[in-house]
Amino acid sequence: MQWTWDIDGWIILAGILSACSCALLGNYLVLRRLSLMGDAISHAVLPGLALAFIITQSRDTVPMFLGAVIIGILTALLTQVITRYGKVEHGAAMGVVFSILFAVGLVLIRRATDHVDLDPACVLYGNIVQIPLDATVDALPPAIVNLIIALIANVVFVALFYKELKISAFDPMLATTLGIGAGTMHYALMVMVAITTVACFEAVGSILVIAMLIVPPVAAHLLTDRLGVMIIISLLLAIASAVGGHLAAVFGPGLFGMDATAETSAMMAVVAGALLGITILGSPQYGVIARAWNRAALTMQIVRQDMLGLLYRWRELQPRSGRAMLRSDVLAAINGGWLAKRALKRLVRTREVVSVITNQGPAIRLTPNGLASASQLVGSHRLWETYLAKHFNLAVDHLHAPAERMEHFISSEMQAELREQLTEVQTDPHGKPIPEPDEL
Amino acid sequence: MLSAVSITDNAIAWPSSQELWRALSLADYNTRVVVIGATLLGVAAGIIGTFAYLRKRAMLGDALSHATLPGIAIAFLISGEKNLSLLLLGATTTGVLGILAVVAMRKIPRIKEDAAIGIVLSVFFGIGMVLFSLIQQTDTGNAAGLTSFIYGKAAAMIARDAILIGVSAAAILIGCALLYKEFRLICFDKSFAAAQGWPVAAIDLAMMAMVVCVTVVGLQAVGLIMIVALLIIPAAAARFWTDRLSTMTLIAGTFGAISGYLGSTISALTPRLPTGAVIVIVTGILFFASMFFSPHRGVLASVIRQWALSRRIAFQHLLRAMAEHEESGHTSPATFEAVFVKRSWTRSALTRLIRRATSGGLLDRAALPALRLTSAGRDNATRILRNHRLWEMYLIRYADIAPSHVDRDADEVEHVLAGDVVRDLEQALNSKDEIAPSPHPTEQPV
Repeated sequence: MQWTWDIDGWIILAGILSACSCALLGNYLVLRRLSLMGDAISHAVLPGLALAFIITQSRDTVPMFLGAVIIGILTALLTQVITRYGKVEHGAAMGVVFSILFAVGLVLIRRATDHVDLDPACVLYGNIVQIPLDATVDALPPAIVNLIIALIANVVFVALFYKELKISAFDPMLATTLGIGAGTMHYALMVMVAITTVACFEAVGSILVIAMLIVPPVAAHLLTDRLGVMIIISLLLAIASAVGGHLAAVFGPGLFGMDATAETSAMMAVVAGALLGITILGSPQYGVIARAWNRAALTMQIVRQDMLGLLYRWRELQPRSGRAMLRSDVLAAINGGWLAKRALKRLVRTREVVSVITNQGPAIRLTPNGLASASQLVGSHRLWETYLAKHFNLAVDHLHAPAERMEHFISSEMQAELREQLTEVQTDPHGKPIPEPDEL
Repeated sequence: MLSAVSITDNAIAWPSSQELWRALSLADYNTRVVVIGATLLGVAAGIIGTFAYLRKRAMLGDALSHATLPGIAIAFLISGEKNLSLLLLGATTTGVLGILAVVAMRKIPRIKEDAAIGIVLSVFFGIGMVLFSLIQQTDTGNAAGLTSFIYGKAAAMIARDAILIGVSAAAILIGCALLYKEFRLICFDKSFAAAQGWPVAAIDLAMMAMVVCVTVVGLQAVGLIMIVALLIIPAAAARFWTDRLSTMTLIAGTFGAISGYLGSTISALTPRLPTGAVIVIVTGILFFASMFFSPHRGVLASVIRQWALSRRIAFQHLLRAMAEHEESGHTSPATFEAVFVKRSWTRSALTRLIRRATSGGLLDRAALPALRLTSAGRDNATRILRNHRLWEMYLIRYADIAPSHVDRDADEVEHVLAGDVVRDLEQALNSKDEIAPSPHPTEQPV
C-alpha cells in the first residue's frame, strides 16, 4: 500500500483530533461511572442530526450542533426521569433511552435523506477517507475545522471547570454542599459529549467515539492515581491509537497477504483496545502481571518464613548441640515441591541457613542471622496466640491456626506493642517460651 | 405494488391499508413467516429479558450483541459462504468471549462494570468492522447482505429462520418455566440463594446462555445494535404495571410479542425501514405509554397524587388559619386580610382556596367580608389545629426543640399524621380532647 502525506496526513490528523476530544471528556465519564452514558449519547444524537437535516435541508454546522445539544440534554433528562419514576436501574434506563432514540434516528434518516454522508453505515464508522478530498490549497477540510473547534471547546471547558469537574467526579455530595451543583456539571458534561460526538461523527463514526471515550481513560486510570496525569496519559494513548490505527489499517492487511485497506476508524478502536490490553497486563500497580508477581512473591516469603519457623522449633526440641534437620525432612514438611526448593535456595543465598554434611545426608542448620528472623517470626506466632487466649477466650486447640496465618503480617512495631500489653507472660498458652527479640 | 422504483428514489412507499391488513392477519405468505418469527422472538426476549433485567444484567446484553459481529465476519472468512448456521455459530463464540471479557475485566481493580461493557462493546465491534471492511474489498459480492446483521432485515427471513427462532423461543420458555424458582431466587437475593446451597454460578450461567440464545437468533431480524432493546424495554415497561414476578414475566412477553408482530409487519411492507428500528419504536411506544399511564408508578398517576396532596394541604392550612383566628379571641370574624397575614400565600391562591372551600361546604361567605367556618369546617379545623398542637408539644417535650422553632416542623407533619399516631401522641402527652394553647405567639407581629 502506498502512503502519501497529502492523504494519510489528513486522516491521521482527523483521527488524533477526534480521539483527543473524546478521551479528554471520557476521563470524567469513567470516573463518574457514566461510561455507558457516552455510549448512549453517541447512539442517541442520531435523531438530532436527522431532524436538523430535515428541518434545514442542509448539513450546516450550527443546526447540527444545536440538535446534538438538545439530544444530549434530552438523553440525560429522560434517563433520570425513567430511573426515578420507573425505579429502573441507571444502566438499563440508558439502554431504554438510547435504543429508542437510535431507532427513531434510523427511521428519520431513511425517511429524510438520500445524502450519502448520513447513510446508516456511515453512522457506525464515519467517512474518514472523504476528508482529504475536501482539502483545497488554501482551506482546511470542513470536518477538520469542526474537529479543531470541538477540541478547543473541550479543552476550554475542562480548563475552566477543572476543579468543579474534579470534585463532582469524586464526590458529588461534597460538590453539592460546596455549592458547585453536581447536577449542573452532569448536564454540562453531557452536552459537551453530545457536541463532541457530532463533531467526530462524520469523520470517525460512533464506534470510535465510544471507544475513545472509554478505552484510553480506563487505561490511564490503571497507570496513575492523579487526575491531571491521568488526563495527559489518556490523551497520549488516544494519539497513539489514532496513529497506530491508521498505520495498521493501511499496512496491516498487507502483512496477511491481503490486497486491501481496513476501515481506519474501526482499526483505531481495535488499536486502542490492544493498548488497553497491554496496560491491563503490564500496569506496574494494578496490572495482571504485577499483581501475579506480588502474589507469588508473598507466597515465596510465607514459605521461607514457615521454613525458618520449622527450623526454629526443631532447634528448640533438640539440645543446642543436637543433630540438624535433614534437608529432605525440611522440604517434605513444607509440602515438598519446587516452591520449597526455591525457598530453601534463597535462604541459603541470604545466609539465613547453612547446609551441613552429616552421616545421614545433607542437613540444614540456622545461622545466627536466620535465628534472629526465625525468633522474630515464632515470637509473633506465640504472642498472637497469647493475645487471642487472653482477649478472645478461644480454646487452646483453636489458637494455632489463626496465629499461623497472622504471624507473617505482624510487623516489629506491632510485636513490640503486643509485648507491652503482655508483659506478665513468659510462655504462650501451650507452655512454650516466647522468644525475646534480643535472644540470639 | 408500485411500478419500477429507481435506485435513487428514497421515498418510502407506505403500504395501503389493504396490504397492511393482509400482513397483520397473516394472509400474505411472504410476510407470514417474518411476522411469526419476529413475534416469537419478541416473546422469548421479553421473558428472558425480565430475568436479565431484574438481575441487573441488561446492559451486558449490549456488550454481547456487539461482540457477535467479529464472529460473523470470521465465520464468513473461514467458510467463504453465507451459511447461516456457521455464521450464528461464529456469532455465539465471540459473543460468549465478549461476556467472558467483561467478567474478567470486572475483576481488575479500577475497571468498573460499565467501563468493561463499554470497552468490550466498542473494541469487539471495531474488530468486526475491520474484518467487514476487508471482506467487502476482497469479496466478489458474495458478502452482500452480511450487514443486515447490524441493523436487522426481517424481510430477508425465510421459513427456516422462523423455525430456528420458534424452536429457540420454545426452548427458552420451557427453560424459564423449569428454572422459574431458581431465577427468581437469584434475581432478588443472590446471597440468600448461595447461603441456601443453590449453585448460583450455574443458574446465572443458564440465564446468560438463554440471553445469548435470544440475541444470536434475533440478530437477523432485529440487528445487533437494537436486539438489546428487546431484552430491556419490554421488561422495564412491564415493571410499571406490577410488583409480581410472574405477572411481570407475562406482561413483558406480551409486550415483546406485540412489538415483534407490529414492528415486523410494518417493516416487511416498507423494506427500506430497518426492521430493528421499527420494532424498537413499537416497544418504545409501549414503554412510554406504560411510564405515563400505569396506575401505580406512572408519571401521570404520581403527578395527580401530588396535586391532590398539595390541594389537601392548602385546605388544611386555610382551616387552621381560621381556627387560630377564632381561638385568639378576636371579637370580629375573620376576614380575607386577617387570614392572609397568617401565612405566606399569594392573594390569588388564597382567593381560589376560599372559593373552593366555600363550594366544598367548609366555609361560609354569606356575610362577606366576614368569613365563617361551617360546622363541618369547624370540626375539620379543630382536628387539624389539635394535631398541630399535639405534634408541637411532642417536639418540645421529647425532641427538645425551642418553642419558637416548633411551628415550622409541626407544619410539615400535621397533614400526614395518621389516626393511631394521634392516639399515641395523646397518650404520650396525657392530652384529653381539649386543644392545648399554642406554645408560641400565633399572631404575626404587625
